[in-house]
Amino acid sequence: MGMSVITEATLAEICVVACAEVWRGDGEILASPIGTVPMIAVRLAASTFEPDLLYTDGDAFLLGAPIPVGAPADTPKLVDGWMPFRNVFDVVWSGKRHVMMGATQVDRFGNQNIACIGPWEKPKAQLLGVRGAPGNTVNHPTSYWVPNHTSRVFVERVDCVSGVGYDRAAAAGPTASEFHEIRRVVSNKGVFDFETPDHSMRLRSVHPGVTVDDIVENTGFPLVIPDDVAQTRLPTDEELHLIRDVLDPQNLRDAEVKG
Amino acid sequence: MDKRMTEADVVGELRDGMTIGIGGWGSRRKPMSIVREILRSDLRDLTIVAYGGPDVGMLCTAGKVRKAVYGFVSLDSIPLEPHFRAAREQGTIQAMELDEGMLQWGLRAAAMRVSFLPCRAGLGSAIMEVNPELRTVESPYDGQVLVAMPALALDVAIIHANRADSRGNGQYLGPDWYFDDLFCMAAKRRFMSCERVVDTEEFLKEGSEQTLKINRMMTDGVIEAPYGAHFTHCIPDYERDEAVQREYAATAKDPDAWKAFRAKYVDLPESDYRRVIGVSE
Repeated sequence: MGMSVITEATLAEICVVACAEVWRGDGEILASPIGTVPMIAVRLAASTFEPDLLYTDGDAFLLGAPIPVGAPADTPKLVDGWMPFRNVFDVVWSGKRHVMMGATQVDRFGNQNIACIGPWEKPKAQLLGVRGAPGNTVNHPTSYWVPNHTSRVFVERVDCVSGVGYDRAAAAGPTASEFHEIRRVVSNKGVFDFETPDHSMRLRSVHPGVTVDDIVENTGFPLVIPDDVAQTRLPTDEELHLIRDVLDPQNLRDAEVKG
Repeated sequence: MDKRMTEADVVGELRDGMTIGIGGWGSRRKPMSIVREILRSDLRDLTIVAYGGPDVGMLCTAGKVRKAVYGFVSLDSIPLEPHFRAAREQGTIQAMELDEGMLQWGLRAAAMRVSFLPCRAGLGSAIMEVNPELRTVESPYDGQVLVAMPALALDVAIIHANRADSRGNGQYLGPDWYFDDLFCMAAKRRFMSCERVVDTEEFLKEGSEQTLKINRMMTDGVIEAPYGAHFTHCIPDYERDEAVQREYAATAKDPDAWKAFRAKYVDLPESDYRRVIGVSE
């Protein structure tokens, strides 16, 4: 049990652990991951330091024990409950949820865009639509996962505010801001939060092998950079075992993370 | 009352300019045989309300849509619906884009016959700007300011069930019933296709009483349509046909490819459709 194993952790595995960490301390709420790495991350958190989390099979069933990501539909499951979309909305609006969504664009106050690029009226690129981002962000904690950290994603201003950031929530009044929290942004380069006086984005940690300069260069707005920037923690041996052998034996995580 | 009818009967009740809600979710349990019948008709200027999938994409590409009302449009395994994208990027449709929760809230308001329901979702987001008709409302109790989500009243709802009886009761057997009942309750006329029409006493052989989410007050017509949701999934009857979905998605960039897809999958009787997708009659 030494460094030999730990240093073998891949970037994708480091990202899985960084994503899992966003749910630390959340307790008995619904953890909703969008994307492969966040899905592995929820199951990892629930298997280790956050055992009370609720999470689904990616469809309508809550799981009492994790199954691997990408498992065939007929994989036996310990069903812990039923969570069709209608109940998901009930949970969203009740606040007992923390979602990790993707972001085509995210700005310094945590406004997120997944709807379109260019003017909404006639977009240059129509994307998904806002999906649940407006409701998620004003009702319960939201985090973002960005597997390709570039200045095209981390932008000064997003084209269409799908998920609401701190500045917009404040401007929209107390009903918008009372339950608003953008907890964390995890990218393939580092981890970011909004724990600054004006809730502008701060570099929380850099992933091993990534420099602060690299992050600054690939971010389209001024980040708050602490004097001492921490390094994102490495997976423990137990976490590596769970990721590789139990939660993602097909190694789907590598396909999502840009090296 | 025997409510059985055909897809053509349904389309016979539709008119240009109607607002039509479509059940299912993304590329899941969509009433595609009725959608195909609409494609074969000369209907136009429809407003489509949906958790959108290929239903929305196909209707856009076929020039049937004046306006789409949606929280998203996605093929699930292909996240971006390419035909819907093309329609939006070319500006051929109007759009009302909503938070997913707001969409069901608008259907619920219509079902309750109230003009709006309050919600927190939408505040602070672009939704309030791109839909200038949306208003906020102040609570008379504590001054809380909320979005007043307007009722999404439908002229017609179309949904697809796993089983139905001829009287218009419907049963879903998959993991989720989505919002099919709300679509029906928000609409004046309601049509339900199904994989199989069964005798009422057969329902409980396949699912519990709790799977009978559609009752006959909610429906005006029943259409037996085996593989009627194809190529979207209709679990447990069949999974999504990913190969046909990929074939469909690939036609968005090439009008000739779409024409060929239409000729192969749309411009033919439904009984031939089942032959084309290789399922026995």
